[in-house]
Amino acid sequence: MSLLQVKNLGVRFTTPDGVISAVNGVNFELERGKTIGIVGESGSGKSQTVLALMGLLAKNGQATGEALFEGKNLLEMTPKQLNGIRGDRISMIFQDPMTSLNPYLTVERQMTEVLELHKGMSRKQARTRAIELLEAVKIPEAARRVNMYPHEFSGGMRQRVMIAMALLCEPEILVADEPTTALDVTVQAQIISLLKDLQRDFGTSIIMITHDLGVVAGICDKVMVMYGGRTMEYGSADDIFYRPTHPYTIGLLNALPRLDHEGAELVSIPGNPPNMAHMPAGCPFSERCSLADARCITEMPPLIAAADQPQVLRACHKTGADVIALKHKEPAHV
Amino acid sequence: MSENRKPILSVRGVKVHFKVRQGNNWPWQAPRTLRAVDGVSFDLFEGETLGIVGESGCGKSTLSRAMLNLIPATDGSIVWMGKEMRGASHAEWQAARKDIQMIFQDPLASLNPRMTVAQIIGEPLRTHRPELSKDEVMARVKKMMVRVGLREQQINRYPHEFSGGQAQRIGIARALILEPKLVICDEPVSALDVSIQAQIINLLKELQREMGLSLIFIAHDLAVVKHISDRVLVMYLGHVMELAGKHALYDQPTHPYTQALMSAIPLPDPKAEQNKVIQILSGELPSPINPPSGCVFRTRCPKVQTQCAQTEPQLHGVASGGEAACLLV
Repeated sequence: MSLLQVKNLGVRFTTPDGVISAVNGVNFELERGKTIGIVGESGSGKSQTVLALMGLLAKNGQATGEALFEGKNLLEMTPKQLNGIRGDRISMIFQDPMTSLNPYLTVERQMTEVLELHKGMSRKQARTRAIELLEAVKIPEAARRVNMYPHEFSGGMRQRVMIAMALLCEPEILVADEPTTALDVTVQAQIISLLKDLQRDFGTSIIMITHDLGVVAGICDKVMVMYGGRTMEYGSADDIFYRPTHPYTIGLLNALPRLDHEGAELVSIPGNPPNMAHMPAGCPFSERCSLADARCITEMPPLIAAADQPQVLRACHKTGADVIALKHKEPAHV
Repeated sequence: MSENRKPILSVRGVKVHFKVRQGNNWPWQAPRTLRAVDGVSFDLFEGETLGIVGESGCGKSTLSRAMLNLIPATDGSIVWMGKEMRGASHAEWQAARKDIQMIFQDPLASLNPRMTVAQIIGEPLRTHRPELSKDEVMARVKKMMVRVGLREQQINRYPHEFSGGQAQRIGIARALILEPKLVICDEPVSALDVSIQAQIINLLKELQREMGLSLIFIAHDLAVVKHISDRVLVMYLGHVMELAGKHALYDQPTHPYTQALMSAIPLPDPKAEQNKVIQILSGELPSPINPPSGCVFRTRCPKVQTQCAQTEPQLHGVASGGEAACLLV
C-alpha cells in the first residue's frame, strides 16, 4: 500500500464574494522513497493542495475528500492528532526561509523544540542531534552556527537550516513548497542535490511543489500538472516530458526557453492565468486552449487514462492528431 | 556583431561603490566601501541585445541603474551616443533619458497605484514632450496600448485591475512611448508565470525588430537570456567574468564560473538531468565589502591556483571568440 493516498481532494474558501473552490478532485498516491512533483502556475491550487494535507489552510478554507496516511484520514484529524504527525512523520519546507523561521529564536532553540516535543529528548541530547542534522545538510561549523539567529545566515544556508529542521525526526514524507524558487541557480543545484542525497540516505518520500519544470525533471518520479485547481495530466516524469498528451502540458513545455536546443520564437499560451472567482463550467484551461470547442467550455472532462498510454491520466476531451500537432506548433503572434 | 560599427553605448571601467557603516561598531570609525560594481566595461551596438547574467548580489541591477545615473557611477566612463555622460548635468541626463528607458522586475510595484493606465503611459510624453496637445498624447497612448497587446477600453483602469503579465505590458508601453533607442530591462519576466513569460519575451523581440531598439536584458535565468540576447555578459561580485556572443558562451563556456553556472541550470529533460554532472560550487558568495584579492571568484573556483590570489585577471580574447577574465585560459 502506498504511504499516502489522496482521494478526491477539494479545497473551498468562503469569501465575502462567495465560495471559491481552489482545488477540485485531486487524486494521487505517494510511494515510500519516491518523489512526486506538482507543477502549475500561480493560482493552479498546487500550494493549497499540500496546505490542506498539512491542516494549514487559512481560517476560511475547508478541505473535502480523503488523504489517507497509513490508512488514517489526515483531513478528519483534530489539531491535536495532527500535531502528533506534523513535524514528526510529515514535515514541510517553505519557499521563503526568512519568513518561515522565527527571527527571535536561535536555530538551536527552534530545532531542539521539535525534538523535545516529538521525541521527548533532553535539551542536551536534542542539541547534539540538531548539530548532526546541520552537518548532514552540509552547514560548515555546525556546532558554532547552531547558536546563531536566522538573519545571520545567507538565503541558501537558511534553506538548509529549514531542511535540517524538517528532517530532525526523520519524517516519512517531506513536503517541499517551492523550496528553491527564492534561490540562485548554483545554490538551487546545491539544495536539489542535497535533497536527493537525503532521500537516498533516509528513504524519505518527497512531495515537490514547483513551477520550474527543470527542477521537476531532475528530481521527480511522478508528475502532476495542475491548472485552475484541477489535475490536467498525471504520469511518470518521462511520460510528461517526452510524451505529453494534454494541451496545457504541451503548451507549458513549448513556452519554456530551452538551453539544450534553440527555437526562433517561443510558443506562448495566449491569455491570462485563470481567475478563481470566475471559472468556466467546463475545463479551466478552455479559455486559453487553441483546441477548445463548445463542449470544453461547458463540460469538465474527467481524468481518465490516455488511449495509447494507459499509465498516464489526462483530463481533456480532445485526443489524437489534433493534440499531437500542438507539439510542433508554429509560434502565433501576440 | 561587426567591429567597425560605432557603439551607441560605451562603458569603460565603471565602478559603483557605496559607503556603508555595516559591521562598524563605533560611530567614529570610517565607513567601509562596498564595491557593488568594480570596473565593468562593454560596448552596446545599435539594434543589439546584450544579456547580463549573474546571481543575486553580483551588481547587475546596480550597473543598469548607473547607465541611467539613477545611482551615479563612482568611477569610469559612460559614453552615450558619443558623449561622455559621467559628470554630466541633470539637464543633460534628462535629455539622454528620453532615449534610454527602463522596464522593471515587479510589474505591479513599478506602477503608481493611484494613476490610471492613461496617466502612467502618458507621463513620459508629458515630461519629455510638453509641446504635445492632450489629444495627441491620448492618441499616442492608445496606439501604444494596442501595440503591446492591451485593449483601448482598459485606458481608464488602475494597475490593480491587471494581472502580472498585463501590468508588465503597461510597463513596456510606458518605456516605449518615447520611441527610445535603448531599453534596459531589469529582470522583466522573472516575476511572471512561464506561459506569460513567453508572451512578454516574444512581445519584446517583436517590438525590438520593429523599432530598431537596443536592449540590455538583465536576468538570472540563463535560458531566457540565451533566447533573447545576441551577446551575454556574465558578472560575479561586481566584475565581468565573461563576455561573448551567445553561441560562443553557451556552446563553449570558458570561464570556470560560467561553466558552473551553466551546469547548475536544471533542464526540462529527465534523462539529461539524470546523466548530468553538476559542478557544485562550494562555499558562499564573498562580501563585496571585503572581496578576495586577485580574482574575485578564486575562493569558490574548482580550478584555483596560487597565482589567482595575486594577480587580478583582465578580460582577454579566448578560443571561443569571446572574452573571459581568467588567468588560466
